[in-house]
Amino acid sequence: MIAGRKERRLAREVGGILRLGVILSSAVIVLGLVPFLAREGARHADYHVFRGEPAVFRTVPDVLAYAARAHPRGIMQLGVLLLIATPFARVALCLVEFARERDRLYIGVTLVVLLTLSWGLFGAG
Amino acid sequence: MNVLGFTALLFSGAAAAGLVGALTGLGGGVVLVPLLTLGLGVDIKYAIGTALVAVIATSSGAAAAYVREGFSNVRIGLFFEIATTLGALLGAFLAARTPTSAIAVIFGAVLLVSTAFSWKGHAAAAGIESPDPLATRLGLNGSFPSLAGGEQAYFPRRVPLAWLLMVVAGAVSGLLGIGSGALKVLSMDNVLGLPYKVSTTTSNFMIGVTAAASAGVYLSRGYIDPALAAPAVLGVLAGSALGARILTAARSNVLRLVFTAVVLVMGIQMIVQGLRGAV
Repeated sequence: MIAGRKERRLAREVGGILRLGVILSSAVIVLGLVPFLAREGARHADYHVFRGEPAVFRTVPDVLAYAARAHPRGIMQLGVLLLIATPFARVALCLVEFARERDRLYIGVTLVVLLTLSWGLFGAG
Repeated sequence: MNVLGFTALLFSGAAAAGLVGALTGLGGGVVLVPLLTLGLGVDIKYAIGTALVAVIATSSGAAAAYVREGFSNVRIGLFFEIATTLGALLGAFLAARTPTSAIAVIFGAVLLVSTAFSWKGHAAAAGIESPDPLATRLGLNGSFPSLAGGEQAYFPRRVPLAWLLMVVAGAVSGLLGIGSGALKVLSMDNVLGLPYKVSTTTSNFMIGVTAAASAGVYLSRGYIDPALAAPAVLGVLAGSALGARILTAARSNVLRLVFTAVVLVMGIQMIVQGLRGAV
C-alpha cells in the first residue's frame, strides 16, 4: 500500500497545528517576559547552582493556577507548557485522522505514543 | 550580571544557535547546552531543561514548513516515535542517576561523533526495489513528489534494527537535552534506506515529540526555569526563522566548516570540563 495523497493532506493539517502552537506559545512567553524584566531586570542573575524550581513551576495544574494570578514567571511557564503541549496536539490530531480512516493499526500506534507522552508529563518524576 | 543583561545575552546566543543550526542543518539544540554551561555558567541540569524546550520550538517551527512540502512520512514518524519516546523517558530517568560530570563528558563525545556523521555523505537514493513484507504490513511504504513532477515510491527495509537505533536516539535526547537528529537521520537514511529528503524532514518532525516526552519529566523535576526557557525559545525561533529565509538562497560550505570547528571545540571543552569536575 502506498500512502500518497491522503498522507499528504494529513501532513498539511499537522503543519498547521504545529505553526499555531509555536505562535501561541511565543506570544504567551513574550506576555510574561516583558513584565518579568520590568520587575526583576535589575536583580542579580545566578543560575550557577542547581536548586530546582519551586513546586509551582513543576506540575501542569500548579503552573495554570500561578499563571491565572497574572504572575510574570507563571505566564512564561504557561507559554513553555503550551510549547510542550504542541507535539501532543499533533499526535492527537493524527489519532483523529486515523480513526476517520478506520486504520486500526495506526490508531493503536498513535495511542501508544500518546500514552508514553502523558506518562512523561503526568506520571513520571 | 543582572537579569536584564543575562536575558539579552541568552537571547542573542540562542538566536545565533538557531541561525547557524538552520543554515548548516545541524540543529540549534546541540550548541545551546555548551553555550549555557561553558559560556554563561548555568548549571547543566538547567541547561538541559532549557535546551529541550528550545528543541521543541525549532522542531515544530521547521516541521510546520517541511510537512507542507510533502516529503515527511507521518506513518514512519509515528511508528518510530514509539521507540524514541520510550527511549527519551529512559534517558530522562538515567539523567537523574548520572553524575553531572559524566553527562558533560558524554555530551562532548556525542558532539564529536554527530559532527563526524554530518560530514559523511549520504547513500544515494536506491532504485526500484521490491517492498519489504514487514514494512508493508506496517504501512510504512510511501512516495514523494519527484523533480519530474510525478510520484517517486520508496520501500523501507530492516525495520527492527532501525527501531532499536531509534530507542538509542531517544535515550540520548532525553539524557542530554538535544534533538539527536543525526542519529535519527542515520537510522532512516542508512538502515531503512529512505530517500535523504524524506529522512531529514521526517526526523525533524519526530524531534519535537521525542523532546516533549522527556521535557515532561524534566518539568516535574524542576529543571525547567521559565526565566531561562523564555529567552532561549524566542531567540532560537528568531534565529532559525531568519536562517530558513537565507537557506533558500544557498547552503554555504564555509559557514558549515566554521560551525563544525566551533562544535568540535565545544565538544572537547565539555569533555575537559567534565573530567575536571568543573561542569
